[in-house]
Amino acid sequence: MSLSKVRFDKKIVLSFWIILIALIIAAPTLLPVFRLNLLGRYLSLSIVALGVDLIWGYTGLLSLGQGIFFALGGYCAAMYLQITSSSEFPNSIPEFFALYGVEKLPFFWEPFRSPVFTFLAIWIIPAFIAGLIGFLVFRNRIKGVYFSILTQASLLVFFNFFNGQQKLINGTNGLKTDVTQLFGQMVGSESMQRIFFWVTAILVIAAWFFAKWVVKGRFGNILIGIRDDEPRVRFTGYNPVIFKTIIFSIAGGLAGISGALYTVQSGIVSPQFMTVPFSIEMVIWVAVGGRGTLLGAILGAVFINYAKSLVSEALPASWMFIQGGLFILVVTALPEGVLGWIQGDGPRNLLQRFGLKRKIETYPSLEINKEKK
Amino acid sequence: MNNKDLLNLIDITVSFEGFLALNKLNLNLKKGELRAVIGPNGAGKTTFLDVITGKVKPTKGEVIFKGKSLVGRKEHKIARLGVGRKFQSPRIFENLTVKENLEISVTTPKSPLNLINKSIKDEQLNEIERLMKIVNLTKNIDSKAGSLSHGQKQWLEIAMLVGQKPDLMLVDEPVAGLTDEETDLTADLLKSLSGENTLVVIDHDMEFIRRLDSNVSVLNQGTLLCEGSMETIQKDQKVIDVYLGRPED
Repeated sequence: MSLSKVRFDKKIVLSFWIILIALIIAAPTLLPVFRLNLLGRYLSLSIVALGVDLIWGYTGLLSLGQGIFFALGGYCAAMYLQITSSSEFPNSIPEFFALYGVEKLPFFWEPFRSPVFTFLAIWIIPAFIAGLIGFLVFRNRIKGVYFSILTQASLLVFFNFFNGQQKLINGTNGLKTDVTQLFGQMVGSESMQRIFFWVTAILVIAAWFFAKWVVKGRFGNILIGIRDDEPRVRFTGYNPVIFKTIIFSIAGGLAGISGALYTVQSGIVSPQFMTVPFSIEMVIWVAVGGRGTLLGAILGAVFINYAKSLVSEALPASWMFIQGGLFILVVTALPEGVLGWIQGDGPRNLLQRFGLKRKIETYPSLEINKEKK
Repeated sequence: MNNKDLLNLIDITVSFEGFLALNKLNLNLKKGELRAVIGPNGAGKTTFLDVITGKVKPTKGEVIFKGKSLVGRKEHKIARLGVGRKFQSPRIFENLTVKENLEISVTTPKSPLNLINKSIKDEQLNEIERLMKIVNLTKNIDSKAGSLSHGQKQWLEIAMLVGQKPDLMLVDEPVAGLTDEETDLTADLLKSLSGENTLVVIDHDMEFIRRLDSNVSVLNQGTLLCEGSMETIQKDQKVIDVYLGRPED
């Protein structure tokens, strides 16, 4: 896989940022509330996609269980919102408990009364659990397809557990957030959704810069080294277990933040976040956008999900075929994803095929050297 | 065994489900020595390196390096103790540039915190410059390692091995696929490294081994067949039998 970085002109970069920031500020006035809310949700999904890109695109760990961490973040946020908005209900605990005859708040809900704790829990709890699962798996040198199967199995374990615990977290019904209150306002209200959109947009950019910082330099090179030849990294004196645990934990934390933002914008968190297809979709976004490109993960998550909602509105039930077809197309024709194809030799090869561009006559390395002079 | 020895292999036996890849192998290596190891295919040459570097755990026997036992230690711990290895086919990180490859090898300490927090030290950058000059890759500094020629890849891996500053360098078939000229240069390079470093070089190429002008250990069927200078072993009847085939009896 080539990871060639295209260097853009400074002016282009600057104008890109100005347009982007202008769009983010203007989006709530340009888009109807319904569309804005969808865009906000899809932007929050791009954060979990960034995590998938870090572990899969860079480190070669294909996790099919990112839904675990995504849902955990969502549950943390929803528990806080439910508990702070429960004063008028019987026993001053969230309404659903009454359905199951629970009178006392389960102990693990208590800390979620604190906004500070919740704020930290949203990313620390998923990161910690990811680190723990990761460490045990990586220490035993479980790799490749076995790792993927194991993460999917863990996902099912979490799904079944959450699904069955009515008395603790409302089981399969999940926790609603849209009618809860935050800062004296309804979470589902238009003004709150606008704020969530901006928060999401800022966090996507922050997460992007964070991910770029993680993979730049020698740390990122070790991750690529682990992906391409793990034993070699070991014989050079590095312990891949620690590096893999750290990056898996980071991806888990990002998934948690993503899940929390998605929850407050979709109005509910439920075990449906931990279904097998959803976690596989996360991988598809990254595969289509471009593995190991970071920006590709963001674009992939946003565009595929937006396409999904547009297609589903026009032609219900056809989306699954389109998504499947897209995945097959990318795997067979664009193994590096759309962005990877653009950054690589893709466009040049295409133009050559139509005779619009001269073929390279010498070795590529010689041409590169010429350009540098 | 004496104090000057850097490495002792004592009665090493490796059994893969009954097949003895190594059978009571004994081998001692002095500090600063350059040792060539030869042997026919399947003699256990690569398994012998696998045992030292921790990839394969011996069924029986002991590996003593700088007075410490290596058996049961993890690969990266053994590498940090000062055992470096160059693989049979060049194993470099093809998606990284030449410089990035060398950065990985010269970086110390090799902890995640050090890598993510600090930029590379100046002395390490100087070391990279020096290594690239030795192996003649200075002009390829920013090329992807995967775009190098086979010989350049072999040299890059040797440079990475040297950059790791190991006390013991294990070099597996460094001249496979190289031209005669490159082979000679590699032999001179390895010779110049001995003295300060301790090296074990495995190869088939007799001309190359002769040029190394070192002690030679001959492995056959997992045991040490004979040891000595090139002249001695060439006259040894057992070696001749193994390499030229025993007459039918």
